[in-house]
Amino acid sequence: MAGNEWALHLEGLRKSFGDVQAVDGLDLVAGRGECLGLLGPNGAGKTTTIEICEGLTTPDQGQVKLLGLEWKRNAAELRQRIGIQLQETQFTDKLTVEETIRLFRSFYRRGLTVDALVTLVELEEKRKARVGGLSGGQKQRLAMALALAGDPELVFLDEPTTGLDPQARRHLWELVEELKRTGRTIILTTHYMEEAERLCDRVAIMDRGRKIAEGTPKELIALAGGEEIVELGILRVADAERLAGKLKALDGVREHTASEGLHRMAVSELHRTTPGIFAVLEEEGAHLSEFRTHSATLEDVFVKLTGRNLRDA
Amino acid sequence: MPKLSEFLDRSSIFQLTWTRFRLMLREPEAIFWIFIFPILLAGGLGIAFRNRPADVLPVAATNAQMVAVLNQSAELHAQLLNETEGQHALATGRVVLVAVASPAGVRYEFDDTNPDGRTARRAADHALQRAAGRRDVLATSDQLVHEVGSRYIDFVVPGLLGMNLMGSAMWGLGFSIVDMRQKKLLKRMVASPMPRSEFLLSFLFSRLAMLVLEVAVLLGFSWFAFGVPFRGSLWQLGALCVLTSLAFSALGLLVASRARTLEAVSGLMNLTMFPMWILSGIFFSASRFPSMVQPLVRALPLTAAIDALRGNMLEGLGLGQMLGPLAILLFWCVVPFALSLRIFRWR
Repeated sequence: MAGNEWALHLEGLRKSFGDVQAVDGLDLVAGRGECLGLLGPNGAGKTTTIEICEGLTTPDQGQVKLLGLEWKRNAAELRQRIGIQLQETQFTDKLTVEETIRLFRSFYRRGLTVDALVTLVELEEKRKARVGGLSGGQKQRLAMALALAGDPELVFLDEPTTGLDPQARRHLWELVEELKRTGRTIILTTHYMEEAERLCDRVAIMDRGRKIAEGTPKELIALAGGEEIVELGILRVADAERLAGKLKALDGVREHTASEGLHRMAVSELHRTTPGIFAVLEEEGAHLSEFRTHSATLEDVFVKLTGRNLRDA
Repeated sequence: MPKLSEFLDRSSIFQLTWTRFRLMLREPEAIFWIFIFPILLAGGLGIAFRNRPADVLPVAATNAQMVAVLNQSAELHAQLLNETEGQHALATGRVVLVAVASPAGVRYEFDDTNPDGRTARRAADHALQRAAGRRDVLATSDQLVHEVGSRYIDFVVPGLLGMNLMGSAMWGLGFSIVDMRQKKLLKRMVASPMPRSEFLLSFLFSRLAMLVLEVAVLLGFSWFAFGVPFRGSLWQLGALCVLTSLAFSALGLLVASRARTLEAVSGLMNLTMFPMWILSGIFFSASRFPSMVQPLVRALPLTAAIDALRGNMLEGLGLGQMLGPLAILLFWCVVPFALSLRIFRWR
């Protein structure tokens, strides 16, 4: 693809705040109509990256191109063509939903009507309500309406569902899926792996200002070593070393890690491997405290790549 | 009509200004401080310092003849007491003077630090001397003058007006801007294509719209309740109010240009306004301060504003006769505004 075919094109991006290297040499592209997720723990540099893309932070080094345009030369046009939802914006409590949308809509030369925006984010019933009285999910949908006021080609969503309850989160996901259907490019940061798996066509996993993996959620999960993850907690066993060795050697086990009595295995076919696991446990006289399996997620990818959990990294 | 409303819906400067205006009206505390408080203050001061008709002063005398003479004076009301009783009445404030008959004539007992006592002394002496046969050699007559414009209320209303213009402009701008910055709303607005100049202008426009109401309410009340005079041209008075409000808006913008929290900006606001509350002659003439600090006092925007407002309302001076205060106000419009544009923190 030629350079200006990309909706987003970052090259060699670096930004530090004092001693902290927030973004440390990042290359990233997003095609038109694609939903790209930046996944990583708090402090991974996601927000700094997205704010550089949004023209709110100037990078120390590197190139940023959005829709083939640059902030230095085409700021006014870019502001008209992109939509932005920031983390933790509090809108004015004493304005109504409709008044807030109308205000932001007036900044754009073209875009959706106030009515269309209210309908799109399903706030019809709250149209005349003051912003101060909205729930967290409703406030976040209002923020989405404002991001969409100019009918943008490219939309930036910075942790759109952080702090929302599960129902409000699903509601917002449906809205993002609606945006994807209308062909917009979406750049999304999140530290929820389910969110990235459900919404994103492609995910870049970030840690400490760098991109440590990139691909479709499927490709990334394959990186974790298997489709299913088995975790077992061992209460007592005569010879932990021998147990670990036997588990590792089982047919179908791709990966095995153990720490403090917790064994974690990536397996390709759960139904074939599980009987073998129990046979080994029987042989070694191991007492189980727990046994869990789940389909591999992006979280497992992150654990594999960094040795840390996404949430407490 | 649908055409106009559509146009207004699309006009960002109108939407920004109207939003500011709307928010001010939705803030009940702001309404109190801007509209009610100055009226209460003007009303209170007007009543406290009203010009009363001269009081009748209670006095005592030690014989019936003197009591009769003193009671003929319109300024005095006399009662008969012996000297001991009289001294007791004086000590407890029931009378302000005791006239004691003595072999040599009359002795007045009174407190000379009490103005009422001194007045009673003169009135009583005059009455007794005339009764004893003194004749005035010079023919005199009184013409009573209750001059509108020289009362305390006339003096204080332009001061209150200046104080109100300062407070509402500074709080109105400073507080809202820092509140928006603290809530990251400012950052969100800058992330949209909103023209930054229109954002700042919207504060000035909504301020001016509010100003019309504010000034009309305070001056209307003062005129209606106390008959405060308007000797200068009304449009020039309006222009002075606008200029004053712009100067304090610029100062408010400067104070709010970097502060990140409401606490910080409140402190800065009070720090900025406090010297002016004291020095700028709201309640008494600023010329009472020693000449050493006069250059400082004169350079303050509120002093210039109040001087000009008094010049217009009380002396009927034209703008051309008040170039000094006007130049000072203009300086306070331009310099803080230019400075705040340079250092304004947009996020």
